[in-house]
Amino acid sequence: MTIEVFIPLLTVLALGTFLGFELISKVPPTLHTPLMSASNAISGITIVGAILACNELGYTTISKWLGIFALILATVNVVGGYAVSDRMLKMFKKK
Amino acid sequence: MKLYIELAYLISSILFIVGIKMLNKTQTARKGNFVSAAGMFIAILATVVQVRAITLIDIFVGVLIGSIIGLYFAYKVKMTKIPEMVAIFNGFGGLASLAVALSDYWLHTQEGAMAGYGDLIVPISVILSIFIGGVTFTGSMIAFLKLNGSISGRAIVFKGQHLLNLALIIVSIILSVFVLINTQDPLYIILISVLSLVLGILLVIPIGGADMPVVISLLNSYSGMAACATGFVLSNNVLIISGALVGASGIVLTQIMCKAMNRSLMNVLLGGFGQTAGSAGTQEGGSDIVVKEVGVEEAAQIFDSVSSLIIVPGYGMAVAQAQHAVRELYELCEKKNIDVRFAIHPVAGRMPGHMNVLLAEANIPYDKLIEMELINDDFSNTDLVFIVGANDVVNPAAKTNPNSPIFGMPVLNVEKAQTVIVSKRGMAPGYAGIENELFGADNCLMLFGDAKQSITKLVNELKEL
Repeated sequence: MTIEVFIPLLTVLALGTFLGFELISKVPPTLHTPLMSASNAISGITIVGAILACNELGYTTISKWLGIFALILATVNVVGGYAVSDRMLKMFKKK
Repeated sequence: MKLYIELAYLISSILFIVGIKMLNKTQTARKGNFVSAAGMFIAILATVVQVRAITLIDIFVGVLIGSIIGLYFAYKVKMTKIPEMVAIFNGFGGLASLAVALSDYWLHTQEGAMAGYGDLIVPISVILSIFIGGVTFTGSMIAFLKLNGSISGRAIVFKGQHLLNLALIIVSIILSVFVLINTQDPLYIILISVLSLVLGILLVIPIGGADMPVVISLLNSYSGMAACATGFVLSNNVLIISGALVGASGIVLTQIMCKAMNRSLMNVLLGGFGQTAGSAGTQEGGSDIVVKEVGVEEAAQIFDSVSSLIIVPGYGMAVAQAQHAVRELYELCEKKNIDVRFAIHPVAGRMPGHMNVLLAEANIPYDKLIEMELINDDFSNTDLVFIVGANDVVNPAAKTNPNSPIFGMPVLNVEKAQTVIVSKRGMAPGYAGIENELFGADNCLMLFGDAKQSITKLVNELKEL
C-alpha cells in the first residue's frame, strides 16, 4: 500500500470516528439496546471482505474456506442484528 | 465498473450514517434501522457484482446459512436474553474479521501468487485485525457465558493476573515484529491468533456480572475496530467508515456506563469489583439492618391509597421475568387514577437500555419511562415508590457514606418518597456486595418473594379493593 492510498483511508477513519461520536451522543438512553444491536449489524460489514476473500482461489485452499467461514459469521451478524433491532423497535410505543 | 462499485460503497456509507442519525428519535428509529439495512444490502450487492460468477453459488450458500442462523436467533431470543445475544453477535463480528484477515494473509503468502505484501501497512493491518478480532471473539464468549450463568458471574481473580495479561500483550508485539520481518512464515501469525484468543478470555474473566454493560459496550466497540482494521487490509472505505461508526458508538456507550457507576474504565477493566467488601452474598445472617416486612394484602391497601407511584425496575425484574406482571400492575393503577411512572437508572440491567426494551416488550409506553436525571427531583413529592429487583442503584449510601465502595455513584433518590416498597427475593446484598441501608429506613417496607409471583398476587388483591 502506498502513502497515496493510505492517507485517504486514514482521513476517512478520523472523520468517521468523529462523526460516530457526534451521532451516538444524541441517541437517547431508551434506544441504547436497539442501537447496540444495530451497530452490531453494521459491524457485519466485514461481509464485504468475506465475499472478496472467498472469491480468490479454489476449494483446496485455506484462504477460500476462511473466507466462507467469515462470510457465514458476518451474515449472521448482519441479518440477525438488523432483524432483532427491528423486532425491538417495533415494540416501542407511545401512549 | 470500478467507479460504480466505489459509488455504491459511498451510498451505503451515507445510508449507514443517515440510519444511525434516525436512531436518535423513537419515532424514526425503526425506519432508521431499515435505511441502515438498505445500505448494507447495497454494499453486499456491489461486492457480489465484482466477483467472478463461478463463486456466486458459494456466496449464495454462505449467505443462506448465515441468514437462517441469524433470523433464528433474532426471532427466538427472549427480550430478557438480549444482552447474551448482543454478546454472541459481537463475538461473531470479531471472529469474522479475524478470518478475513487470516484469509488475506494466506492468499498473499502461502497460496496464490505468494508475492508477500511488499509494504508494512497491510501486514500491520492484518495483525491488528486478527488481534482485535480474536480478543473480541473469546471476550464476547466469556461475557455470554457469564450473562447466561454457565460460568459464575462473579469476578474471577488470581494473583499475577494483570502481569500475565501484560506479558501476553508484549509477547504479541514481539511476534508481530517477527511477522513483519519474515512474512512468509505462518507460524508467527498463528501464534498471534492463539494469543489473542487467550487474552480475550483473560481480559473478561475478572469482570463481574453487573459490570457487563460496560464490557458489552466495549466489545461492541472492538468489533467495529476489527472491521476497521480489515478495511485497511482491503483498502476499502465502506469497511473503515462503518467500523469507525461502530467503534465510536461502543466507546460512547462505555463512557456513559462508566459515568453512571462513577468508576473509571480502568477500574472496571482491572476487575474484581465487589470482592473487596467482604465475601459478597454469603453474609445474609450477619445483617445488622432491621427491616419491616409487608404482606401482599397490606401492600395492596397501600397501593390503593396513593395517588402517585414511581416503579423502579432492576436486573431482578429481568431474572424473575416479571415485566408482564409489572405491566398488569401499571394498567390497574392507571385505572385507579394513580399517576404511574418508571424511573430508569442507566446501569439497571445487563446492557445499556435493557430495562427500556423489557418494558416496551410488556407494552408499557416509552413516554412513561423516565431517565434518572429527569425524575430524581420528583421522588420527594411522590406517595409511593415500588422497587422491583433493583438494589445498588437505589442505595443511599452512595450519597451519604464516603467509605462505601459505591460512594459517588449517581443513584435514584427513592428514600425521599413517602413510602417505599421493595420486592426482593431475600436479604442478599446487590452486586457491590454491600448492605443497603434503604431497607432499614422507616418508610421502607420489604415485600419478600419471587417478583413475578408477588406482583401477580398484588394485582389480584388490588383488583378486589
